[in-house]
Amino acid sequence: MMRVSRTHVGWLRVIAITLASLAATVAPLPEWLELMRPDFVALTVLWFSLLAPRLLGLSYGWCAGLALDGFHGVLLGQHALTLTVIAYVASKLRLQIRAFPPLQQSAVILALLWLNEFLLFWIDGVAGHPVTDWRRWIAVPVGAACWPLVTALFARLVARR
Amino acid sequence: MALHEPDPRPLLLGGPALGLRLIVLALMAAGLMVADHRNHHLAAIRDWVATAAYPFQWAVQAPVQAWTAMRESFATRTRVEAQNVRLAADNLVLRLKLMRFESLEQENQRLRAVRESSSRVVKRSLVAEIVRVDLDPFRQRVLINKGTRSGIFRGQAALDANGIFGQVTRAGPISSEVILISDPEHAIPVQVNRTGARSIALGTGRSGLLSIPYMPQNADVIVGDLLVSSGLGGVYPPGYPVGKVTAVVRDPAQPLLAVEAEPLAALDRDPEVLLVWFDSVVVEPEPEPEPEPEPSTPAARVTAPARAPPQPATPPPQTESAPPPPGPNP
Repeated sequence: MMRVSRTHVGWLRVIAITLASLAATVAPLPEWLELMRPDFVALTVLWFSLLAPRLLGLSYGWCAGLALDGFHGVLLGQHALTLTVIAYVASKLRLQIRAFPPLQQSAVILALLWLNEFLLFWIDGVAGHPVTDWRRWIAVPVGAACWPLVTALFARLVARR
Repeated sequence: MALHEPDPRPLLLGGPALGLRLIVLALMAAGLMVADHRNHHLAAIRDWVATAAYPFQWAVQAPVQAWTAMRESFATRTRVEAQNVRLAADNLVLRLKLMRFESLEQENQRLRAVRESSSRVVKRSLVAEIVRVDLDPFRQRVLINKGTRSGIFRGQAALDANGIFGQVTRAGPISSEVILISDPEHAIPVQVNRTGARSIALGTGRSGLLSIPYMPQNADVIVGDLLVSSGLGGVYPPGYPVGKVTAVVRDPAQPLLAVEAEPLAALDRDPEVLLVWFDSVVVEPEPEPEPEPEPSTPAARVTAPARAPPQPATPPPQTESAPPPPGPNP
């Protein structure tokens, strides 16, 4: 999955994947499914931080987060901050995480997505519009469950020349 | 090591460099947030980002919209006929109501003139389509396909066929964001239509529920009461339906009633909304009795000014203390 060197990352594909993940976060869904929608941008950022942290690490997370803020019309910079933080943790631990079996990898992703959501929750509270609905946490385990699918899909999209 | 070309890249990402980058980026993000939240300096950037995102957002929902349009165009003849019959019947009923409405409106204007009170009536309206993207499941906001180029402004009231829908929170050049009355950050001044008692209806985050937490225990409000906008605060035109009371809980231990209402506007199902311009028309009592007030045709009254002022600069004369203005908290 992760045997991709610098030369194999096609920038067009990266941009396409980024746009697709942004689109997936706003695509209209029925209400019950909407609550379970995993944070695709966070998953993409995590995947790239594990794959190519030098090229698409923290700065990529920051930019993707800012785009997400613009898309959702929320406080500018909040997703930028949280995605940078999880990209940092993922880059830092990437050698260990890469070696994990899939299930354990999903567990780490679960923790990182939870951290992402927690930071967002915290920023929402500080900014004065807290969302205390427990259902906001549903997307976190769903995202972790999607991780094996995401890795399989992205490996096909990016790694092949 | 001597055998190989040493790889200049460090095996582990450089600790300090990575940490430094984190700190710099985090500070940049924090700076953005503070600037955006505290002093709204970033309105221009925000507009720019939102405008850049809009074509993309539109493209995302285009297939869904195309599918809906296709289904519409292949609707069976019988369904269209049935719909036609229903609409004709509706039209008849509405025309009958309108006949009464015109005379009532004139009477109302005269009475208001006698009382020297102001009346605000909707002068102009514009239909905007809702762009079907899911912005955030926990914030009740929608994107519409009209912006400042069509004259939309921040704080403008949006209605649908059944009642008040929300208000514009961000007006970009070609798209705008509307906060629904059911958003937890939204409050709308209302009035019980039956008794005239005033209160404030807060959004709850669920599209079918408003909460009216500031009704005193002895307030006369029962299930089924119609809540209309009171017009205080100047954002919404007065007298438009907001919701129907669905529950009144009288708990003697509490100082206030717990009242719940259901919004009348189809907040989660509307394909389009009406943005309205209304004007604070202060009807002066006629200085001298004119011989005969010429019958002003309704068409003449409805003719729109080129652009109504965004909001009345001063609130209408009120004897009661006005509640805090509705809208998202700063």
